[in-house]
Amino acid sequence: MKLTSLLATAALGLGLATAAVAADKTKVGFVYVGPVGDGGWTYEHDQGRKAVVAEFGDKVETVYVENVAEGPDSERVMTQMALDGADLIFTTSFGYMDPTINVAKKFPNVKFEHATGYKRADNVSTYSARFYEGRAVQGTIAGHMTKSNIVGYIGSFPIPEVIRGINSAFIHARKVNPDVEFKIVWAFTWFDPAKEADAAKVLIEQGADVILQHTDSTAPQAAAQAAGNVITFGQASDMSEYAPHPRVSSIIDDWAPYYIARTKAVMDGTWESKDTWDGIGAGMVGIGEISDAVPAEVKAEALAIKDALADGSYHAFTGPIKKQDGSDWLGDGETADDGTLAGMNFYVEGIEGDIPQ
Amino acid sequence: MIVLEKRPQPSQTWSMATPVVAVLATMFFGGVLFAALGKNPVEAIMTIFWEPLFGEFSFYYRPQLLIKGAPLVLIAIGLSLGFRAGIWNIGAEGQYIMGAIVGAGVGLAFYPLEAWYIFPLMVIGGALGGWIWAMIPAILKVRFGTNEILVSLMLVYVAEQMLASVSLGLLKNPEGYGFPGSRNLQSWDSAHNAELFVGSGMHWGVVTALIAVIFAYVLLNRHMLGFHIRLTGEAPRAAKFAGVNPARLILFCLGASGVLAGLAGLFEVAGPAGQITIDFNVGYGFTAIIVAFLGRLHPVGIVLAGGVMALTYIGGDIAQSNLGLPSAAIQVFQGMLLFFLLALDLLTNYRIRLASKEVA
Amino acid sequence: MDLSAINPVLLIASLMVAATPILLAAIGELVVEKAGVLNLGVEGMMIVGAISGFAITVESGSPWLGFLASAIGGALLSLLFVVLTQVALANQVASGLALTLFGLGLSSLMGQSYVGIKPPQMGKLDIPVLTDLPVIGPILFGHDPILYLGIALTAAVWALLKYTRVGLVLRAVGENHDAAHALGYKVVRIRIMAIMFGGACAGLGGAYISLIRVPQWTEGMTAGVGWIALALVVFASWKPWRALLGAYLFGGVTVVQLNLQAAGVAIPVEYLAMSPYLITIIVLVFLSRDKSGAPASLGRIFHATH
Repeated sequence: MKLTSLLATAALGLGLATAAVAADKTKVGFVYVGPVGDGGWTYEHDQGRKAVVAEFGDKVETVYVENVAEGPDSERVMTQMALDGADLIFTTSFGYMDPTINVAKKFPNVKFEHATGYKRADNVSTYSARFYEGRAVQGTIAGHMTKSNIVGYIGSFPIPEVIRGINSAFIHARKVNPDVEFKIVWAFTWFDPAKEADAAKVLIEQGADVILQHTDSTAPQAAAQAAGNVITFGQASDMSEYAPHPRVSSIIDDWAPYYIARTKAVMDGTWESKDTWDGIGAGMVGIGEISDAVPAEVKAEALAIKDALADGSYHAFTGPIKKQDGSDWLGDGETADDGTLAGMNFYVEGIEGDIPQ
Repeated sequence: MIVLEKRPQPSQTWSMATPVVAVLATMFFGGVLFAALGKNPVEAIMTIFWEPLFGEFSFYYRPQLLIKGAPLVLIAIGLSLGFRAGIWNIGAEGQYIMGAIVGAGVGLAFYPLEAWYIFPLMVIGGALGGWIWAMIPAILKVRFGTNEILVSLMLVYVAEQMLASVSLGLLKNPEGYGFPGSRNLQSWDSAHNAELFVGSGMHWGVVTALIAVIFAYVLLNRHMLGFHIRLTGEAPRAAKFAGVNPARLILFCLGASGVLAGLAGLFEVAGPAGQITIDFNVGYGFTAIIVAFLGRLHPVGIVLAGGVMALTYIGGDIAQSNLGLPSAAIQVFQGMLLFFLLALDLLTNYRIRLASKEVA
Repeated sequence: MDLSAINPVLLIASLMVAATPILLAAIGELVVEKAGVLNLGVEGMMIVGAISGFAITVESGSPWLGFLASAIGGALLSLLFVVLTQVALANQVASGLALTLFGLGLSSLMGQSYVGIKPPQMGKLDIPVLTDLPVIGPILFGHDPILYLGIALTAAVWALLKYTRVGLVLRAVGENHDAAHALGYKVVRIRIMAIMFGGACAGLGGAYISLIRVPQWTEGMTAGVGWIALALVVFASWKPWRALLGAYLFGGVTVVQLNLQAAGVAIPVEYLAMSPYLITIIVLVFLSRDKSGAPASLGRIFHATH
């Protein structure tokens, strides 16, 4: 009995302590699908969290839970954060979409931000990055740099996000090099470094001298380095340890500006539900430094495209573009609407092979 | 020299005491681990074990224990029947997946019809899916004498590939903007395995788990089949003389565990999870093996063991968020708990004696 | 579709690399199972080996030291399994699963400061003339030393089991531990050695992934290779050379599948990915018909009752 009451007092004290702290701090929660040590997707979200801490210091308290399975586990973790006084919760995987909506219904005063989804509510925003803009820059460099005219592409799962990237890279590679061809392999995994290494090797053996990857490990970089005359691009993080060769540039997920802005909005009371789909311009998609392995004029051209994408004067999907089956998609000068892009499930003309169903 | 001496009867006292000792030992060594990571050990242990049960928000966590624990108990009960008879089904994860796929598939075939019979049909589908998947190792064992441990394990990986395949193809939500994963059954009343009372955590899976526990208890203690199961496990030769039909026993034990694992998958996909996705399975089938052993293959023990496992999951997530413990530390902590529980079970069946010299 | 893009020589060379981690882990587990012990903790020992080897390589700059450390790391972790199953007589299936859970957690804790680091590389074999030979050069003489170690280990285990007294005793212990005990063999001691050998091999296999095949450290990077190794032992029906063949087959399925994709052949990836497991089941069925193969005491608890 005595022990129990002692423990209860301690627990109560603990609860009060956290409650007291929560009162004058903005509490921000992060739910991660992988470990923060994955060096890719989750790692970059955690860098964003650290940026929030660095920006606001004592005025914020951040909490996170890693390795949270999609489904009921994620729903429980979000609820727990909301119960513990979180003011803002970032849920950073597509599979958290329905759980986020469910929990948001129960906590109308807590703001939720769901990454890469399409369901919103009064207290649920969605955000995603226009990685395909980065792919346009990569495609331009790839088209110029390839000597074998074969570009290898490692996809994860055949979902719109990945297909968009393939199309964008292909369109821009073809623009500067009409002979270029893409070889695409699907790894059917988000995370399996050994398989990514195999995929890269296979592509290199089949003649590819440029490797683009939509998986997060550095395995393809190492495979390219071993092969010698192959270039790669960093994915998710800069992967600068492989610069200047084979890694000649990279697409970096930079969530920091968005996370800081949204935390600020909660602090100021100006937070509103919205759908954010930012690209290079807003800083959500970073282009890693283009290394000296790339000739100056190619670098200049790539940077010009990057700048045009950033200031909005150019859209990565600008017509005329036909679909793979030869039917018209975009007319001359027409640009793709976000709805079509969001659900993109077709290749553009010139890419060979079928999207696995 | 320390010598182990087998007890003529398993010790009742120790079988009760070892779990408690194991938990205390884990708390101690876990505390050391947490302290080494720079966290307050008392606070960390309290967060894991106390917070979900009696903390400020226990009104929310207690029902969550049911949600997290029910599939573990449901699967473990089925497995324990076979384990007692020396029939090793370690592929419950695969049976769980197949139950979910078949059950959800049966339901989605009716979409968007609203009718009372859809959910019962899904339940039958789920049971059937798990049963068929467990019948493969069962029939191979009966017919060819093939090792069921390995066949059932192999079938887990086959099931995982099937899950990926249907998530991207057959069961993909046509209104899901091309993303993998099925429709969400939670938003379709006829197929939703909802909480029976709002906020209670009680869904049909919990109810089924309780029924399974009672059923297993009665079977093992009051029924001829249960007697045969125990006899086969404890004294295979005597079982032969008692006229036990080993083939029937294999088919029953594997079949029952497959049905229960399949049901667990169905209740999960139609309830808490809501949809079939590539990552639908989170290892319940494997964790349940551990739960079965922690519960000493006894129905009541399994309920307690399932509760403890669920507690460390839920408390572990709270500790991550409140104290900034890495999830790896929680995993190590759970691993320690299992080690101690497994190791200390020795005391139930053996007496430790000090002998003057080695006799061998 | 362009099948001519597939270069069979390179394909064989790279499937040998893909097969090596599976082979290393499987050879270790084969010895363990031959001694009558089923250790399902291969995945856990592999990943602990992967980070042990990676950390020591980064700190010391020597991949050789790293591989040594990975073997030690795997063997140390297997000691936990020894304590559970050989001393405390706990169930081997549950103990192995617990070991995997523990190993995954432990490796993540150990590896926290090693994410995003590029490890020093181990050179490849480069014998003048031989390595440059067409066809057989890249297949036989162009790999890293550990790949050859894997093949050498296979040969050594085969010779040990077939021709030596140690092998005979090991098999006796695995077939009938009571009889072996009656003959005066130290059953528990022999099993402990076998389990630690298995741990060391699994550790090497893990380090092969983190130091050569990928190379980098990320949490959970073995991604199920340990489970494939378990399947492989059965597939090989506990025979070392068949394990080598099987490793090439299992590793080959992935490499061939990716090759076909890159060549533009529309293949159902999921069905190919499940094929090694289905093949293993079929092999199991055929094996169980001739009643040889599995060590008779596999997975059973041994307690000497004087």
